[in-house]
Parts: sequence; structure tokens; C-alpha cells
Amino acid sequence: MTKFEYAPAPESTTIVDIKSEYGLFINGKFVAAKGGKTFLTINPATEKTLAKISYASNSDVDKAVAAATDAFKKVWSKTSPSERGKYLYRIARILQERAREFAVLESMDNGKPIKETRDVDIPLAAAHFFYHAGWADKLDHAGLGLNAKPHGVVGQIIPWNFPLLMLSWKIAPALATGNTVVLKPAETTPLTALLFAEVCQQAGLPEGVVNIITGDGATGAYLVNHPGIAKIAFTGSTEVGKGIARAISGTSKALTLELGGKGANIVYDDAAIDEAVEGIVSGIFFNQGHVCCAGSRLLLQENVAEEVTEKLKKRMALIRVGDPLDKNTDLGAINSKAQLEKIQELSAAGDAEGAQRWSPECVLPGTGFWFKPTIFSGVTQAHRIAQEEIFGPVLSIITFRTPQEAIEKANNTPFGLSAGIWTDKGSKILWSAQRLKAGVIWANTFNKFDPASPFGGYKESGWGREGGRHGLSAYVKVAK
Amino acid sequence: MTRIDVLKTYKLFINGAFPRGESGRVYEVKDAQGKFLANPCQASRKDLREAVVAARTAQSGWVGATAYLRGQILYRASEMMQARKSEFVDALVAAEGKSKKAADDEVLAAIDTWVWYAGWSDKISTIAGSTNQVSGPYYNFTIPEAVGVVTIFADSKSTLLSLVSSIGAVISTGNTCVVIASEKSPLTAITLAEVLATSDLPAGVVNILTGKSAELVSWVGSHMDIDAVDVSGLSKKSEADVRLAGADNLKRVHRFTEIKSSQRILSFVENKTVWHPIGV
Repeated sequence: MTKFEYAPAPESTTIVDIKSEYGLFINGKFVAAKGGKTFLTINPATEKTLAKISYASNSDVDKAVAAATDAFKKVWSKTSPSERGKYLYRIARILQERAREFAVLESMDNGKPIKETRDVDIPLAAAHFFYHAGWADKLDHAGLGLNAKPHGVVGQIIPWNFPLLMLSWKIAPALATGNTVVLKPAETTPLTALLFAEVCQQAGLPEGVVNIITGDGATGAYLVNHPGIAKIAFTGSTEVGKGIARAISGTSKALTLELGGKGANIVYDDAAIDEAVEGIVSGIFFNQGHVCCAGSRLLLQENVAEEVTEKLKKRMALIRVGDPLDKNTDLGAINSKAQLEKIQELSAAGDAEGAQRWSPECVLPGTGFWFKPTIFSGVTQAHRIAQEEIFGPVLSIITFRTPQEAIEKANNTPFGLSAGIWTDKGSKILWSAQRLKAGVIWANTFNKFDPASPFGGYKESGWGREGGRHGLSAYVKVAK
Repeated sequence: MTRIDVLKTYKLFINGAFPRGESGRVYEVKDAQGKFLANPCQASRKDLREAVVAARTAQSGWVGATAYLRGQILYRASEMMQARKSEFVDALVAAEGKSKKAADDEVLAAIDTWVWYAGWSDKISTIAGSTNQVSGPYYNFTIPEAVGVVTIFADSKSTLLSLVSSIGAVISTGNTCVVIASEKSPLTAITLAEVLATSDLPAGVVNILTGKSAELVSWVGSHMDIDAVDVSGLSKKSEADVRLAGADNLKRVHRFTEIKSSQRILSFVENKTVWHPIGV
């Protein structure tokens, strides 16, 4: 039979206009960092420099916090809730209007496939603003507690895996509830946040309500410890999250954390196997596995383990790895050299500890950061690849005999962010969902997100929820 | 000849039993006039560990019980307390120097607080849960679930009322707890344990320790099997210590002042969201 190859289908980059250098967005304007220190952001698929980014000094952070404080006191707290909502609606609309531009830019800066930025990241980011816009003038009806009030100035630090989407998860609820914001995007993916600053300008958002400062971990640490910040929202690693919790332990700052995970994707023997295989693939290979809620541990019931693994291998052979801007690409570039090295190190630990590695044949591009979709079978609970978050396209396969054993193994982790359940039996879904210690459970589906759906973790996966009515609680103070 | 009263030996309350502290240490508690009252146990790190093991072991059964049953057991505690009302009033007057009227008010309010939290057990998910209208063919709902094992540093300002409020809020949703009684006025807590021991409450759901809270703060903060802490009874300084050490396993740490507050309940639940496709 003739095999039909895909012709290249690259998305045009002419829609984006990347400046050679970007300033900080403080008080409604782009300004140069004090001292003029800069760093580069690169395209991880080509290793080519995209732009020079300003490195915010401590005094720049001070200025951003001062601008946000001023905006909170003088403008935003005096803006009526329905008017606040209308600004958010405007932002949502502009994001929709400029969606293609954002999708291409995100794909270039992050390395993720255009298919995902176009169909997931950007539409969901716009949806988050649209959803929260509607809450702004309904907070009294939301049952948040007695006398709910905004915190004031919120410091927000976001990761590189869903840059614009994480920005929207942070900024939309903060503004809807009447807070002002100083946000720091990740060091390797600042471009869509800076483009978002332009959206704020186009929307006519009052100056200082949103401030965006670029830098690294030290910039974030200075922001966290800043006395002008009343609340911190952080998405990132559990290690850094714990560090923030320690740093503010002696203060009255509020804190929400969305941290790591080691999600168990449980396939019972009565599951629809073909559908489960699709769910396993999207669970771990979506966004190169750079997903805190990835289904990175596959728990297979013993009597179907072989069948599922074989089907999974066949399916994995069809995954197209390569140019993120190609519309047919399934798996893009690893976001950075450092992340690639971490994935390589943990995978090597999997080999060394006796698990069996398998990847499909595929040709990886010569430049950029790449890792083949990979599964490890014969993984035990004690293996590092069963315990530590790899944050890459690497799946650990573990087997179980009884539902009780599945739950026990699934919960045997300090994390508690997500889990998946595959079975055709409704009562087994509810039985499992009740026992899994995880904040988000996908039954017969995986990696679905929506602004109306609360997201967040149990145990060491974090504090609080983002999205839905529950997510609003993170941004208000109530009598306790 | 005057009769010699039979005095009570105050012990710890762990896993439904009243053991002495393993270290054999006690400390002296005096009444409001400075007269000797009792030698309660000075709980050690090991006692704390035993109490956490009891609480952890009891948790799956307690959260697995129906909310209706949990509500009835909390209500039962109010019945038991009503029956022993005068004992609590006398204790508050003698030990804490409260007026008869103030003590009476506090005990009655405490009884009513049990009733209040009893009624919450099967309503909290109605208030705090939701079905979420996601943009796609999925049924999506969120339910609050007990966070697990909670340590309560009891407030010393109202040793009975705030204690009942702390415990009632925490256990109504299926959490289990380890209470560190007020260091200065610990006896009401142990008398409360006697109420709980006769309220059909499964062993280990509530455990009560007496002792030096400054000593126990660091052990509570660093204990990796405690999920959350109510620090209402601690100073800001000790609260910071619990938060600092508690970051190791991201303990949920909260302070309260309101007595009847749904926030007390909501602070010790985790919200779980479940997705399922809709289709034929």
C-alpha cells in the first residue's frame, strides 16, 4: 500500500512583528530597565535569538509596585464593578482579534506546536477574560464569604509552559475582583506577555492596573518579598513554591500556588481501549509533556497491560515531531536547554534503575531542543521516574491488579494535581474519583481546561484553585 | 468531718482512650486564685506522633461515613454537653475565674455551636460545590472534600466556645484532628474529651493533647503527615514558625476569630473537580 507523506505546511511568521528590543511595561508605558541590563529570548526550535528583553532591576520592581499601588488607590478601586468587567470584555475581544498573531508568537517563543497555540492556548486565554469579565459585577452573588474585598496589589509569577494562558489565569480573576497587578512572565517566554501589554493599551485599561516586568528568579524573589504586595499568585515548580511559602511565613501576605504534579492515568480492563490510548497520548504528549497536570504515570490493569502498551506504541509511531510552526506537528521543541537536560537526566535514571525505555523511530531536527516521545515500562513505585516530575514527553507505565491497588498507587505521591480514569462503568468512575487525592479528575478524557472549571491541587501540588467560582476566592479577603 | 473530694486525674485523649503522656511529664495548673488545680500531662513529640497516627488511621472511615451520620454524631455531642452543662460551668468559674453568668453563656453558646456545625455536615457541598458550565460536551462538577488531618491550637481566650467551634468545623466535613489544648487552661478540653468519648465519635477522630504549646509548635510544623493547622491559639510569632516549617509539605495554615463561620469549614476542604464526556 502506498504511504502518503505529509507535505510541509508551515504557518507564516509575517503576522508577527517582533521588535529587536523590549522594555518593561510599567504604568501603561514601555520603559527601559534601570542600568540597561538585558537578556535574550530564543526560539527553542532553532536556537535563534528572537529579541533582547529588559532585565528589571530592584528599582524597576519598586516602580511597578508603586504604579500598581497608585492605580489601585486612585483609579481601580473607584472604578465600578461593571466598568471593570467591560475592560475585561474588551481585552477578551482584542485577544480574539489578534489570535493568530499571538498563536504564532507563542509558538516561536515557546516551541509548542501551532496547532496547540491556535486551538488551545490563545482561545482559552480569551475565554478566561470573557468569563471573568462577567463575574466582576456579580461578586456579591458569588458566595465568597462576608464582606469580600480585593487584596490590593497582587504579585504574579507565571511559568513558561503556557505563557499567555497562565497570564490570563492570573490577570483575569485579579482584575475582575478589583486588584491591580505586577506580573512577571517566565525568563524564556516573555514575548506574549509583552504583546499582551499592547492589548492593555489598546483596551484603554487605566495606567498601572497591569504592570509587566521581565527578569529571572531573582526578579521574582524581589517581587515576592516586596512590602507593597498584598497577595502572591505563583505557578511553577513545587520547590520554588515552597520557597515562596517560607519567604512570606512571617508576613500577612496571601498566597496561592499551582505547583507540580505526577498525575496517574488509570486504565481499567473494562475501558474502551482505543479511546483510552488517545487519552494517554494527549495526557502525556500534549505540549511536549510540559504540563503540571500531565498524566505522566500510566496505571494499567494487568490483564490489559500488554494490549494497551502495544496499541500505544502503534499510536506513538504516528506522532509527528518537528517544526512547531508546521500545522501538522504534534510534538514541538522542548522549551529550553536546561529543561532538555533535566528530561535527559531523569530518563537516564529510568534506564539505570531498570525500567525499559521505548521510543518510536523519528528523525529529530539538527538544531534546537528535542526529545522523542518516550515510554518506560516495568516501572516500580520506588523509581525516580515514578516519583519525580519529569515535565517532558516521558511516560512511566505501572501495572495493578485490583481497583484498590490502583488507587493506592495513584495516591502514593506527595503531589495531588490531576488523575485520569478510564472505564465504561459509571459507578467505578465515581468510586475512583472519590478516592483519588487530586484536584482535577478526568474520567474518559484528559487534559481538558475551561475558565468555568476550577483547577488546582491537593497536597504538595499547591494552595487554592484557579478558574470557576472557587478561583475568585484567591483574590478576595473575607472575614474568617 | 468534712468529706474529702475525689479529684480527677487529667490525662491525654488519643485514639478514644485516655492514656498518660509517654514521657511521664506533667505540669501544674492553678485556678484563677492561684490555688493548685491539677497536674495535666505535658505531651511530648511522641505523644503528638501517636495522636497523628490515630487521626490518620481514623480519617478514611470518618470521611467515608455518610454526612448524615457525621451530623448526628456532632449533634450527639451537643446532647452530651447539655447533660453535663453544670460541670462545664463550674469548671469555667473555678479554673478561669469567669463569672457564673459569663460561664453559663459560654457553655450554652458552645452547645449551640455543636448544633450549628452538626447541621453543616450534609450542606457544605451544596454551598461550596458547583456544576460548571464548560464550553463543550462535558459534565463537570466540583465538590469540597476534607483535607485530612488537622492540628488545632486551641484559642485560650474562650477555652470552651472557640474549642468547640474549631473542632466542630474541622470534623463536620470528615477531617480528623489533633487538638493542642490551651496551655494555661487545659482542663476544659479534657472534660470535653469525656463528652466526645460518649458521643459515638469513632476513636481517633478527635485527639486532645495538653502541654507546652511552644514545645509542640515546631513538631507540628515539621510533621509530614499533618495536612493543615488552625493556629487561632498561637501568637503571630508561633504562627510564623508553623508556616515556615509547614512549608515542607505545604500545610494549609489558618487563623480564625468568628465562632459560627462557614469559612472555618471551607478553609479545611480541598475542592475536587471531575470531568466526564457527554455522549451516546
